[in-house]
Amino acid sequence: MVGDDNMEKVLIIRYGEISLKGLNRPYFENTLLKHIRKAVKEIGKIRVYKAHGRIYMDLEDYDEEEAIKAVTNVFGVVSVSVAYVFEANMDSIYEVALEHIQQCIEQDGIESFKVESKRADKKFPVKSPEISRLVGGYILKNVEELRVDVHNPDGIIHVEVRDKAYVYSRKIPGFGGMPYGTSGKAMLLLSGGIDSPVAGWLVAKRGVEIEAIHYHSYPFTSDRAKEKVIELARILSRYCGRIRLHCINLLNIQKAINENCPPEEMTILSRRFMMDIAERVANDRKCKALVTGESIGQVASQTLESINVTNSKVNMPIFRPLIAMDKMDIVTISNKIDTYETSILPFEDCCTVFLPDRPVTKPRLEKILESEKLLNVKELINQAIDDMEVIIVKADE
Amino acid sequence: MEVYLDNAATTKPYEKVIDIMVKSMREYYANPSSLHRKGVEIEKLVKKARKQVAKALEVSEGEVYFTSGGTESNNLGVLGALEGNRRKGKHIITTKTEHPSVLNVFNELKEKGYDVTYLNVDKSGLINIDELSNILRDDTVLISIMYVNNEVGIVQPVSQIANMIKSRKSRPLLHVDAIQAFGKIRLNMKKSNIDLMSISGHKICGPKGIGALYVKKGTKLRSIVFGGSQEFGLRAGTENVPGILGLGVASELVKKELEVNTKKMRQLKIRLLEGIKDNLQGIKVNSIIGDASAPHILNLSFKGIRGEVLLHSLEQEHIYVSTGSACSSRKKSYSHVLKEMGLTQDEMEGAIRFSFSPDNTEEDIDYTIEKLKNLVKELRKVIGRG
Repeated sequence: MVGDDNMEKVLIIRYGEISLKGLNRPYFENTLLKHIRKAVKEIGKIRVYKAHGRIYMDLEDYDEEEAIKAVTNVFGVVSVSVAYVFEANMDSIYEVALEHIQQCIEQDGIESFKVESKRADKKFPVKSPEISRLVGGYILKNVEELRVDVHNPDGIIHVEVRDKAYVYSRKIPGFGGMPYGTSGKAMLLLSGGIDSPVAGWLVAKRGVEIEAIHYHSYPFTSDRAKEKVIELARILSRYCGRIRLHCINLLNIQKAINENCPPEEMTILSRRFMMDIAERVANDRKCKALVTGESIGQVASQTLESINVTNSKVNMPIFRPLIAMDKMDIVTISNKIDTYETSILPFEDCCTVFLPDRPVTKPRLEKILESEKLLNVKELINQAIDDMEVIIVKADE
Repeated sequence: MEVYLDNAATTKPYEKVIDIMVKSMREYYANPSSLHRKGVEIEKLVKKARKQVAKALEVSEGEVYFTSGGTESNNLGVLGALEGNRRKGKHIITTKTEHPSVLNVFNELKEKGYDVTYLNVDKSGLINIDELSNILRDDTVLISIMYVNNEVGIVQPVSQIANMIKSRKSRPLLHVDAIQAFGKIRLNMKKSNIDLMSISGHKICGPKGIGALYVKKGTKLRSIVFGGSQEFGLRAGTENVPGILGLGVASELVKKELEVNTKKMRQLKIRLLEGIKDNLQGIKVNSIIGDASAPHILNLSFKGIRGEVLLHSLEQEHIYVSTGSACSSRKKSYSHVLKEMGLTQDEMEGAIRFSFSPDNTEEDIDYTIEKLKNLVKELRKVIGRG
């Protein structure tokens, strides 16, 4: 029965929060639609359209697995289901529901189920509760080992009667969030580590467009370290489209600090320079916030004292989505979004070259400001920004 | 100006090598195993290349087997010989400073139950022939030793070893990794008692992805890859014809120019060392300068400097070298060769390998000295503090 000529397969794409967006709703929906279309462009000329307060995709003969993977990677998608669509009549509904339940047993090993029905087409002669009861009965009659559980079922068969009948079961979760680019733009401080790509991804998931800034100390760090960061940006761009990556050489600044300031302040002073430069570039690029991968207490520059000292350098809000997360949880996301394997490649990042033996962990702002006075901050920053290199990173290049 | 001083990593191919490879891909594309005329034509060319390699090694044509490169030659040489001589014993010997393509084969064999002895080296990287003589046993089945070390250039006493084992009742097989030796020193294969010897194309201005294993006539060897009957049944797989022809040409050329090239490279090596010593303090020389070392490798430690930082600084001046360690402050990985030679941590961190080709000029060397002088001083100033 399933796969018959008069049977169509569609992907039902659900989005959550957008539906709360009031007057802006069409804007959010259309942006989401645009991103989904872009995500499946490579697979084929798939029809994607809005209807009944959700988005549908005609699967036709396209690769279902790949389409699902592409769609669930789009920010704003809460979940998807593969549904069979056919002329509504009870006999067909029985057959398709039975096929679905057999799939659920095979793939998820379900032992209990229930049927949920919705009748939007009031001309259809059977009412919703009645559909559920009849379909449930049919399944029970045909599959012996299964039982009905209306409160806590292992699987749910959904039957919707609209212009046609839609029958589906499994819900495959997406990342949720908001459509990319619907919440303004921010500048991500992207190092080669595990944390910053995760921070960028989390903020991007809330619909914020991401640009990135990276600091290196070439020739004290290798070109391979930069390649690694480009690779990380490339992985992020699978979710974000292309990413503009700004590369800043921090070596002259580090040399100046090294020559003029107490060695234990190297890291904290460098970080203030990074923040300062990031804010300037962010302002130029019309970004409204900075994003960092900081997490409380992870390293010396991430104590509350240190965060105060670096924070005071900028006026822009700094988003730190990982601030209260444990490393393990960050690694879990890093694995999920596929940046982990690249992040752990052993190339030196610029923070470690001049790493002092005992960095200051509780810096006092007054003292740091005194040290900064020993440097020609303005000139050092202008020089670094003048020498900035900009790379546009796109997925799959 | 670009100065390429990383010739122990790989060399720039000869023009003639490139020419024959392009021609091979355009015209000689047929399969040498094919029965038709076109196949026969290519078979002849492969035979000619085999002859060129054999002649350069001073061995006979039937003793040369093409492989995919140095690593495969070393693997086939060691594993193939052990497979072919299974009943003779379980004791095998190598050195602690071999290339990974031998060392890791031995480590694997150890896991599989072989009794492995790793020879020590002295501070110049040289093995002690007496130590070898003392550990030889009746069930020693194979010795694998590198002719020229790829990191410091030391030449191991291969002929002496060959002579020593010649007189033994149960003579072990001798495999020699000559990948850094071929084209750099005189091999004297006619007189030697080497049973197996590995060479590689891209270290002698030939192509990558091609190498050869010399197998002395009568040596029992078994295949380690299985398939067709190419290379007299020892190495299955359709021949890499462009690579083989390229290796043939390169072998002929390095052999022909050996005397001139070695003299030239040694002069460059001495010039660079003298120049550095005249201009900089705190240098430790990890390579021997005279004939006990190959002419194309000079390994130096710059005290107080991280090799990789110096490498990237030189690369900004378009000078290309190699380091003795990959530096990352999170995970240190030092050269096993320098470690076995007893270098301190500081010396290993600051080690740089300069390796020459006959294409390098005195100008290259003087430019390098000039840049090094400034860069090393500058880097020491930056790092020296704190």
